[in-house]
Amino acid sequence: MRKLLTGNEAVAQGAYEAGVTFAAAYPGTPSTEILENIAEFKKDIIAEWAPNEKVALESAIGASIAGARSLAAMKMVGVNVAADPLFSFAYTGVNGGMLLITADDPGLHSSQNEQDNRYYAKFAKIPMIEPSDSQESKDMIKVAMEISEKFDTPVLMRMTTRVCHSKSIVEIGERQEVGKKPYVKNLAKYNLVPAVSRNLRAQLDGRLKELEQYSNETSLNYFEWNESKIGIITSGIAYQHTKEVFEDTVSYLKLGFTYPLPLMKIREFATNMETLYIVEELEPYLEEQIKQAGIACIGKEKIPNMYELNPDIIAKSLIGTERQRVQYDSASIASRPPVLCAGCPHRGFFYELSKIRNVMVSGDIGCYALGGSAPLSAKDSAICMGGAPSIAHGAQKIFNKFNENMRVIATIGDSTFFHTGINSIMDTAYNNSNTITCILDNRITGMTGHQDHPGTGFTLQGMPTKALDIAAVVKAVGIDHVRVINPLILSRVKSALEWALSLDEPSVIITRWPCVLKKQSQIDKDEFGNYMSTCEVKEEKCIGCKLCIWTGCPALRFDKGARKAKIDPVQCVACQVCVQVCPQKAISRVGE
Amino acid sequence: MDVKNILLVGVGGQGTILASKILSDGLITAGYDVKMSEVHGMAQRGGSVSTQVRYGKKVYSPIIGKGQADILVAFETMEALRWLEYINPRGTAIVNDYQIPFALILMGQIDYPDGILEVIQQKVKTTVLKAAEIAVQLGNAKTMNIVLFGALVKAMSLENIDWEQAIRNHVKAKTVDINLEAFHAGLTGTGFSSPK
Ligand SMILES: Cc1ncc(C[n+]2csc(CCOP(=O)(O)OP(=O)(O)O)c2C)c(N)n1
Ligand code: SF4
Ligand code: SF4
Repeated sequence: MRKLLTGNEAVAQGAYEAGVTFAAAYPGTPSTEILENIAEFKKDIIAEWAPNEKVALESAIGASIAGARSLAAMKMVGVNVAADPLFSFAYTGVNGGMLLITADDPGLHSSQNEQDNRYYAKFAKIPMIEPSDSQESKDMIKVAMEISEKFDTPVLMRMTTRVCHSKSIVEIGERQEVGKKPYVKNLAKYNLVPAVSRNLRAQLDGRLKELEQYSNETSLNYFEWNESKIGIITSGIAYQHTKEVFEDTVSYLKLGFTYPLPLMKIREFATNMETLYIVEELEPYLEEQIKQAGIACIGKEKIPNMYELNPDIIAKSLIGTERQRVQYDSASIASRPPVLCAGCPHRGFFYELSKIRNVMVSGDIGCYALGGSAPLSAKDSAICMGGAPSIAHGAQKIFNKFNENMRVIATIGDSTFFHTGINSIMDTAYNNSNTITCILDNRITGMTGHQDHPGTGFTLQGMPTKALDIAAVVKAVGIDHVRVINPLILSRVKSALEWALSLDEPSVIITRWPCVLKKQSQIDKDEFGNYMSTCEVKEEKCIGCKLCIWTGCPALRFDKGARKAKIDPVQCVACQVCVQVCPQKAISRVGE
Repeated sequence: MDVKNILLVGVGGQGTILASKILSDGLITAGYDVKMSEVHGMAQRGGSVSTQVRYGKKVYSPIIGKGQADILVAFETMEALRWLEYINPRGTAIVNDYQIPFALILMGQIDYPDGILEVIQQKVKTTVLKAAEIAVQLGNAKTMNIVLFGALVKAMSLENIDWEQAIRNHVKAKTVDINLEAFHAGLTGTGFSSPK
C-alpha cells in the first residue's frame, strides 16, 4: 500500500515496522508529530510525552537497557537539554536498539536559533543517518535499529523541517516483531563510575573505526554515476534540491549515513571527478571533514552556510542561473507576524502587564511570547525554554545591588514551567530575590499544537492521569506568595500585579484559563464552562477611540471611513477582554 | 510530463493546509508523484503562511522556487502580492478579494496597500473571487478555503479527478454537504469577476 506521508508520519510508521516498543518526546517544531503519530500504535508501542527532552531521552535509555527497541524525538534545541545523558549513553551502549531523532530547523521557521545538530554525532561519537524524504525516513528507522544493536551504540537520526513537514509517497509495510532482549545486570557496561568509563572510553573510538567501515559499505551511501565529470556529494533535503536542479546531468554521491563519513567511497568518487561540489544545508559539516582528509572540493565558498537551502540558491550559486519572475514594487508589503488568537487567555494578562512601567519582562518560549509583539509589546527578552524566571532572577539581583528602581517580571507557560521552569523558580526562592514569576497556565502546550503535559490530567495515549497542581508545586519549591487568577478579568490581573510588586520576596501569579484552541475535556468544561458566543460593537455608542484595538485581538477591525470598530463574528469567542477596555461600553455579547 | 507547481498562500488559520491536503490526496489517486510542503508552528498563529504542492511523473524538491508557481492561490489579498514573485510570469493567480488587516494596520501605523488586485491583474493572468462572501451565502463562512479550492481545480483543468471523494476524506462528516457546495461554487465560478 502507498500513502502520502510527512517525514514525521513516516518515522512513526517506521518505528512501528521496526518493532520499537517505547518512544518518548517533548514537543517542539518540527518534531512534534513524530510522537503524536507513534501514539496511534497503542497496542504495540508505549508512547509518552516527557516533561522535557532530557527526561524523554533518559526514559528511552531505560527502555533500551531493559531490552526493548526505543526512540526519543526532539527539536534540535531539545538535544542541548538532553545532551548530558546522550554523551554518556554513547559510552555504555544499548541493549535494545535506541535511536535519538533530532529535527533541525534551517531557516528558523519556529526556533530560537539555527544550530546544525550533525555536529552532535561527531561530538558524542555516535553514528548518524540523514533521510532526504518520507520513504527514507521510514526505511532508515529499521536500519538505525540494526546499526544500534549490531554496534552497541545509540544512533542519531537528523531530520530537518522540510523532511519532517513535506509529504511524499511511502510504501507501507508490516511490523517486524523483535520482542525484548533479556535484561542482564552488567555494572561494567551501565554503571558509569570513572573506572568503568575509562574502560569504555577506548571502546568508543574502536567502535567508530568499525562504523567507518560500515559507512563505506552500506547502501545508505550510494553513487549515481552519470555522463559527467562534475560530481556532487550531498545529503538530506539538499540531495532533493540538487537533483531538482541538475537531474542526471552530474554525478552524485548521496550520503544517508553521515557519521562517520565513508571516506573511502568519497575518495573513489573524487578520483573519478574533475570538479567536486559539496551541497549541504547550514554548516560545512561534510566539507570540513572531506577537506581534512585532503580531498579538494568546493562548498561553502559558493553555498551559504545559513538559512534554508533550496533549488534556486543552488542553481544561482553553482551555475548562475535564475528563473524569470514578475517585476513589481514590493515596498508596500509589511511583514505579517504571528499574533495571539482571538480570545487567547494570554491577551488580558499582557494587556495589563504592558501598562506597568519600570519593569523588565523576562519572557520565555511559547504562544505567550507573542505578548511581546505590538501592540502589547510586554517583553524584554526570551532566550531558551524555562529560562524566564532564572534570567529574571539574575537581572533582579543586579538591579537590586546597584539600587536601580527596576523590577523584573518573568512570564512562563505551563508546559514550559514543567519543562525546566520549576528549577528556575526554585532558584528565585533559594537565592532570595524579589522576582515575580507569572505562570500563564492555559492548560495545554499551545504553541506546538496542543499537547498534554504533566498538568493536564491526560497522557499522550489519552489515559487519564494525575494532574499536577502548579500552585502546590510552586509552594513546595519555596514560594510563599502565590495567587491564582482568571486572566480574562482585567481588574484581577491588575491587582495581582500590584500585589506582587509590593512584595519584597519572590512571588508567583498563576493565570488559569484554557487556550481557545484546546479541545476541552469534561474536567475543563466543568471548571471553565463553554463560552460559545460572540461580541459585537454597538455602532451608535462607538466613538472611534480605538482603545479596543490596542488589545491586539485579530477579531477586531476598524472602519477608517466610518471611524467605528467592528468585530469579525467568525473569529470572536466572546472572551470579553475588549469589552472591559471600551470606555463607552459599546461592546457587549450578542443579544445582551 | 513536467512537474506542476501549485502555491497556496494566506494567513494562519485560513485553511490553506486543508486545501492542499485535499489537493494532494486527489492527485495521488490520479497516479501522480506528489510532494507537498507545509510549515507548522509559529506562523500558524495569524502569520503569513504558504503550502506548496508539486506533482508530475517524478518530483524531487518539495519547494517551489521564485518564478516557478504555475498557479498561485492567495487566500488573502495582500498575501497574493507578497508571494507574487513566486509565480511563473505565464502562470495564473487566483486571488481572494478578502483583506485581513493586522496590528500595525489597525493601530494606524501603516496602511493596507491600495490597488493590489490591479497590480496583479496587470502582471499575470488573474481570477479574482470573493470567496468569503460566497461562503457566507452558502451558510458557513469557514468553507471559504474550499470555494478557493474549487477555483483552483478549475484552473488546473483536472476536473476529471474524484475531488468529491478527496473532500469527503478530509472534512468532518457533518460538513461534507456544505463543503461540496462550496467546492462546486468555486469550480463553476459563480460570482467571480472574469479573468483578465
Ligand atoms: C528546548 C526546547 N524544547 C521545545 C521547544 C518547542 N516549544 C516552543 S514553545 C513550546 C510550548 C510552550 O508551551 P507553554 O509553555 O504551555 O505555552 P503556550 O504556548 O501554551 O502559551 C515548545 C514545546 C523549544 N523551543 N525549545
Ligand atoms: S493557540 Fe492558544 S495559547 Fe496560543 S495564541 Fe492561540 S489561544 Fe493563545
Ligand atoms: S470579545 Fe473582543 S477581545 Fe475577545 S475575542 Fe471577541 S473581539 Fe476579541
